[in-house]
Amino acid sequence: MSKRIEAEGVTAWFGSHKAIESVSVAIEPKQVTALIGPSGCGKSTFIRTLNRMHEVVPGARMEGKVLLDGEDIYGDGVSATDVRRSIGMVFQRPNPFPTMSIRDNVAAGLKLNGVRGKSAIDDAVERSLRLAGLWDEVSTRLNRPGAGLSGGQQQRLCIARAIAVEPHVLLMDEPCSALDPVSTLTIEDLITDLKDDYTIVIVTHNMQQAARVSDVTAFFNIGGPGEPGRVVEMGATSKIFTKPDDERTEAYITGRFG
Amino acid sequence: MTTTDATAVPVRPRRQNPRGDQVFHAAATAAGVAVLLLIVAIAAFLIARAAPAYHRAGWRFLTEREWFPDDPSRAFGILALAFGTIVSAVLALILAVPVALGSALFLTELAPPALGRWVGHLVDLLAAVPSVVYGLWGVYYLVPRLIPVSRFLDRTLGFIPLFDSRNNTYGRSLFAAAVVLAIMVLPIVAAIAREVFRQVPTADREAALALGATRWEAIRLAVLPYSRGGVVGAVMLGLGRALGETIAIALVLAASFKVDIHVLEPGGNTIAANIATKFGESGAHGREALIASGLVLFAITLVVNVVARGVVYRSAIAAEGRP
Ligand SMILES: Nc1ncnc2c1ncn2[C@@H]1O[C@H](COP(=O)(O)OP(=O)(O)O)[C@@H](O)[C@H]1O
Ligand SMILES: [Mg+2]
Repeated sequence: MSKRIEAEGVTAWFGSHKAIESVSVAIEPKQVTALIGPSGCGKSTFIRTLNRMHEVVPGARMEGKVLLDGEDIYGDGVSATDVRRSIGMVFQRPNPFPTMSIRDNVAAGLKLNGVRGKSAIDDAVERSLRLAGLWDEVSTRLNRPGAGLSGGQQQRLCIARAIAVEPHVLLMDEPCSALDPVSTLTIEDLITDLKDDYTIVIVTHNMQQAARVSDVTAFFNIGGPGEPGRVVEMGATSKIFTKPDDERTEAYITGRFG
Repeated sequence: MTTTDATAVPVRPRRQNPRGDQVFHAAATAAGVAVLLLIVAIAAFLIARAAPAYHRAGWRFLTEREWFPDDPSRAFGILALAFGTIVSAVLALILAVPVALGSALFLTELAPPALGRWVGHLVDLLAAVPSVVYGLWGVYYLVPRLIPVSRFLDRTLGFIPLFDSRNNTYGRSLFAAAVVLAIMVLPIVAAIAREVFRQVPTADREAALALGATRWEAIRLAVLPYSRGGVVGAVMLGLGRALGETIAIALVLAASFKVDIHVLEPGGNTIAANIATKFGESGAHGREALIASGLVLFAITLVVNVVARGVVYRSAIAAEGRP
């Protein structure tokens, strides 16, 4: 179910501003890949090129290739909606649909995929909420609005919504940065569980988090203000956090900047 | 990072400004009370001036279709006017709202941002055109061109009374008035709806798109539910303008007092247009009767607003589980 992603020479612009340049990264299935780096270095921009969300920003464009198990998601005849259905995304701020119930939030993607029938949807909703570790907390109030949950619960609801459609890859852009420490740990445990089934890419500001949850870490950086972000170094998380090859990586992980 | 002793941080005492607070408090209270007093005064004045007319007409005020308040022998009542007011306004909304919402969605969700901005400004401009301009344009340009449209509707859908003209005359009808109203109301509803749609957080839209929603599915999942209250508000403002529109209707309609669902036939009248056209020539009784009709218009708009608020409130409760 999980697939490999290869980004080859990805360069992305917002209007005339080049946000990232020639990013090439290979992301292995059944692993957690962390993207770290100082604010504004293009981590969000890059992760959004992996499911074609970059292009929904007006004036945004990209060059390069992103291969999902060898197939270019930007290839001719590949539709962005199909790509996004197989590559799920969780955002920085929990964003359940505010007017929908918990059940409808999880079912939203299923319905988009043409899943019909109450029992099929109910089963998928329960399975996804269980996977997201939220079932026990919400099973008695599935018809209550998703917006009534706590921040951490909302974020797990968003994870349930993303995995309900059984994507191959799960992209998470700082999924814990709006959460308290306890919710953060819950989500980290969840990420470790989900790794068995999904290719996971997580952007994080929190280096302990990267060290805790990821197998591979890519360090992004910019040369200076207004310059595009690039990958400085990528490797096994244990190596990046103990003896990185590049001195900028070392400076960042030891907290000397960023 | 070094830790600093908390007491080492200079803490400036919060500057108190009781004088400023008091002045502001007094000014705000005075303004609020003044508005309330003004509304009460207007209502009291209208009721006092209208009371003799209600008294003279009795219950027949509600059922009478004629309007001869200055003539001691003949009656007057609100029925035909209220009918024309409501029918023309509702028809106008039926014509205008789908187009207005469609264009607002197009401008915010689909059009390239630069185009959306420019056309948006144009729509705002249209919303600011005075109604007399729409009225004159309606009489001289639109009404003649609506005759073939009316004839076509009559021929094809004439078996439905609404689209039937029994004497095959068309023109300065409630239908024509409704079309002019629709064109007046459209830019207002579109302009407000555009603002409402623009308030939808990008995060909500992206939540839908990231699930693989198409543009239209994202609109259905994220934009429309979020905007429901605001859209109802926009439609109500449009309805308010349609109900209260005076000059354009007075210019377009060939006024007559009838309660008749054959809206393609010339004739009909509305409360506001009737006040505008009759006020100058009315005697004392006539003016009281016109004020009485104005109170009815006030009541209609009040009911519409209360109902609309109820709808918004209920959808808010349904959405959040609390008001
Ligand atoms: N929607 C946008 N429009 C214009 N510029 C943007 C937008 N989003 C991000 N940028 C710019 O792109 C660069 C990279 O930003 P981002 O990918 O958000 O960085 P990070 O996620 O690493 O903090 C920054 O210079 C930022 O200002
Ligand atoms: Mg970011």
